[in-house]
Amino acid sequence: MAEIVSLEEAIRSAVRDGDTVAMEGFTHLIPFAAGHEVIRQGRRDLTLIRMTPDLIYDQLIGAGCARKLVFSWGGNPGVGSLHRFRDAVEHGWPRPLEIEEHSHAGMANRYVAGAAGLPFAVLRGYNGTGLVSQTATIRQITCPFTGERLTAVAAVRPDVTVIHAQRADRDGNVQLWGITGVQKEAVLSAQRSVVTVEEIVATLDARPNAVVLPSWAVSYVARVPNGAHPSYALDYTVRDNDYYVAWDAIARDRETFGRWLDENVHHATAGSPA
Amino acid sequence: MTSMTGYTADEMMTVTAARALADGMTCFVGIGLPSAAANLARATHAPHLVLIYESGTIGAKPDRLPLSIGDGILAQTADAVISVPEIFNYWLQPGRIDVGFLGAAQIDKHGNINSTIVGGDYARPQVRLPGAGGAPEIAASCTEVIVIVRQTPRTFVEKVDFITSVGYGAGPGDRERLGLRGRGPQRIITDLGVLTPDPRTCEFTMTALFPGVAAETVSQRTGWDVAIAAAPQAVPPPSPAELAALRDLRAASPGV
Repeated sequence: MAEIVSLEEAIRSAVRDGDTVAMEGFTHLIPFAAGHEVIRQGRRDLTLIRMTPDLIYDQLIGAGCARKLVFSWGGNPGVGSLHRFRDAVEHGWPRPLEIEEHSHAGMANRYVAGAAGLPFAVLRGYNGTGLVSQTATIRQITCPFTGERLTAVAAVRPDVTVIHAQRADRDGNVQLWGITGVQKEAVLSAQRSVVTVEEIVATLDARPNAVVLPSWAVSYVARVPNGAHPSYALDYTVRDNDYYVAWDAIARDRETFGRWLDENVHHATAGSPA
Repeated sequence: MTSMTGYTADEMMTVTAARALADGMTCFVGIGLPSAAANLARATHAPHLVLIYESGTIGAKPDRLPLSIGDGILAQTADAVISVPEIFNYWLQPGRIDVGFLGAAQIDKHGNINSTIVGGDYARPQVRLPGAGGAPEIAASCTEVIVIVRQTPRTFVEKVDFITSVGYGAGPGDRERLGLRGRGPQRIITDLGVLTPDPRTCEFTMTALFPGVAAETVSQRTGWDVAIAAAPQAVPPPSPAELAALRDLRAASPGV
């Protein structure tokens, strides 16, 4: 059964130095508040997994929390570069960042294999790309039935997966809808999980396309209204597009970023919107 | 930009890309110029164009341009909203999608695309780009690929610094050898005109030009010794209806 706790307690209980951590959410339902709590608690040497690193990982990388990034697209959607990510890869600031790079199809399949308890997944992908020679978790495989040459990708098995959802009930059953990305697979592939929610309700009524994660498949649930900001939670909040645009100038400069981090993360309280 | 012609080079490029989409096609769409072009096509000659975004929305019908690949309007107007593993495994991989639209940071004469690094080496690049996203498998598995990119000598290079998505590899026969099932890039639409692959060499040739574009400009803005068709097709300028529809979409989409 999931424990319903504060965000501070959920992150303290679930995320340790050196952990492999996946924070998922495909543009929608990105767990920003939980990411900021990881920064506030000063976690270090994390291996961060995420298909689309987005601003949340730019912030964690710039804050020095990460030693490695596993990803498939690292940009500011519709705006441009992630400058903290680039500074880490291009100049090793604030510390060198090891990368393990895939395509979206490959990453999605790695989560599927993790959720299924299998060591790898099979797809038609990567053939002829430069990624094959750079990424050790991509290998060629021969189909035992047809002889076709296919690609195997190693499962991801995070120590912790963190997601944001619209709501949970009082027993900790979690419900999310709209664009649900790879969150179900990310939670099921992990040893532990943290779900922040917009609200906790008495009962979960049916929603179109909803994904339900039963309480016994989740470790911690924390109520964090607007916990996806500047991303959004369909039917609760709207995406703060201006924040994504403004982030470009903040992240471009190390000192400006440092001031932003102090004012909006270190000196903010758990779960307050940044 | 509009003073001489009444429209911009980007508008010409977007209209040309929209014209390439036939009604009823299924189309894998990225944010930016591809999304603008696909939505323009749906608003004009192709009302039954099926827009598929990699966030898992199939048959999205936005009445403005989405601000991101996961914009709520895509989920709210879609025929189906599915997971990310499903969009790649059940819909893209088996070849159900007719057209994939891609951009590029670099593209070479064989249509190979780089969106990973520029300069230096992989471990310590001069410029780290966002990376692959959905592009490698879109380039491999869609029946055909259309690339939309502004033509500059930095972008149009003899050989890309990194192959993120395969066009025709090193030339004829490479797609078959690699087991890539789609036909590959059938056209590159730029702000100067359209390049198509030579069926014999798989090298991209400038076969259509926008109004007022000189052959010399094409050579200056291409990083390889690009062939220009002896009688390049003249692409008609945007019609008043196309321009009005595109500007309506833009006006309905502040911030895009």
